[in-house]
Amino acid sequence: MNIAYAVILLGVLGALFGLILAIASKIFEVKKDPREEAILSHLAGANCGGCGYPGCGGCAAAILAGDAPVNACAPAGPENAAAIAEIMGMAAPTGERQVAFVRCNGGTNAKKRFEYVGVKDCISATKVAAGPLECDFGCLGFGSCVAACQFGAMSIGPNGAAVVDPEKCTACMACAKACPRHLITSVPVSKKVHVLCANQEKGKAAMSVCSNSCIGCGLCQKECKKDAIHVVNGVAVIDYDKCVGCKLCTKVCPRDAISPVATAEEKEKYKAIKKAQAEKAKAAAEAAAKAAAEAPKAE
Amino acid sequence: MEQITNLLAITLGAVLANNFIFSQFLGICPFLGVSKKVDTAVGMGVAVTFVMGLASAITWLVNLLLVQLGLEYMQTVAFILVIASLVQFIEMFLQKAMPTLYTALGVYLPLITTNCAVLGVALLNIQNNYNFIESVVYGITGGLGFLLAIVLFASIRERLVFAEYPKAFEGFPIALITAGLMALAFMGFSGLKIW
Repeated sequence: MNIAYAVILLGVLGALFGLILAIASKIFEVKKDPREEAILSHLAGANCGGCGYPGCGGCAAAILAGDAPVNACAPAGPENAAAIAEIMGMAAPTGERQVAFVRCNGGTNAKKRFEYVGVKDCISATKVAAGPLECDFGCLGFGSCVAACQFGAMSIGPNGAAVVDPEKCTACMACAKACPRHLITSVPVSKKVHVLCANQEKGKAAMSVCSNSCIGCGLCQKECKKDAIHVVNGVAVIDYDKCVGCKLCTKVCPRDAISPVATAEEKEKYKAIKKAQAEKAKAAAEAAAKAAAEAPKAE
Repeated sequence: MEQITNLLAITLGAVLANNFIFSQFLGICPFLGVSKKVDTAVGMGVAVTFVMGLASAITWLVNLLLVQLGLEYMQTVAFILVIASLVQFIEMFLQKAMPTLYTALGVYLPLITTNCAVLGVALLNIQNNYNFIESVVYGITGGLGFLLAIVLFASIRERLVFAEYPKAFEGFPIALITAGLMALAFMGFSGLKIW
């Protein structure tokens, strides 16, 4: 009998409160813009927070209020951005799809300062004596970014550094926020040449900590015909607006720090071509000098 | 007269000596979560005070019903039902009447539902055998104690931005240390005797 009372009492109380809430929701109803729902339906719905707003609902409200661009939701992709632009009565934005990129190829190539046995988390690892790697810029490979990725696009690559699967990446940049070393940037998906290092130390300091570090030697900068790669703060940076993907820089990099990493064979081949070109140029210059020397005599 | 003295004692106890946050450690989540700015802290404090006062009144009545039916063991479930509905109600009300406060409180407003200070006050009322008026007074003053604590804490945290402390303490660690020191300070009130 007691159980019956308990069930009835809670049932009645629940129904009563439900009724009160139902009435209250009518009295205190806030008229919502129907466009907000429509916008929300075009967002990714992962609540990844990549847009900087708390959840997709917050992003939809911000887009409606005009605080966020119609393509604020990177994971939703350009089609949905266009659909949202239509809802908002604006022109669809143009621009290439971006993907995340990890600027480190080191991982296990970097020297170990000590053996870290703590929690398998990059932020925790960096808190212990500035991290287990000699390189203060390298990927620790504990996968904080992998855990942060909602789309399964991150993984720890064969050499212990995180890699992004551009097919799955939606450029929400949750990984970039999770990375304590700030190694992850967004790059245009069509560009294939990237600098695989973020070490800002120069020369020997960078060279001694990792076999794949950018030492800021500037060979790539000299080699680039399009003025697209520059050494900034001790590390090469590619200007993606200028880069045409010729991969000349990858062939001259003595540290294999530019992807796609050129094989030794390719490098030899390129060296031979350069040598031949240089000889040709030298011969031409000599010929020109000879001609110039002979010219005044002829006069 | 005795009634008034009694209510005064409850008030002083709830606000200072047995402050919900600093001596009973109830409602710590919003205390840490919404104490970055004084404005939002005041909003949260007022909302919690309101919920605690109303919850005390309603749960006291619900408890009468429970006792009548011999269902005292259902207290927790019934009280949570009451509190959840109340918070929902307040959320609707705020969204309509004070949208700025509503957005400022954000996710912490629905979190009052699971704020243990609110359930705590409802259960403590029963435990202390308070009558209806005493319960309501205890609820409201307990909420005021929460308001006092969170506003003091928020004003300290606002100033902490300019303080110099080791980088490792940045964010929550220094906030927790501050809260601990404040709790120590509030321990001074525990010797307070009234009449």
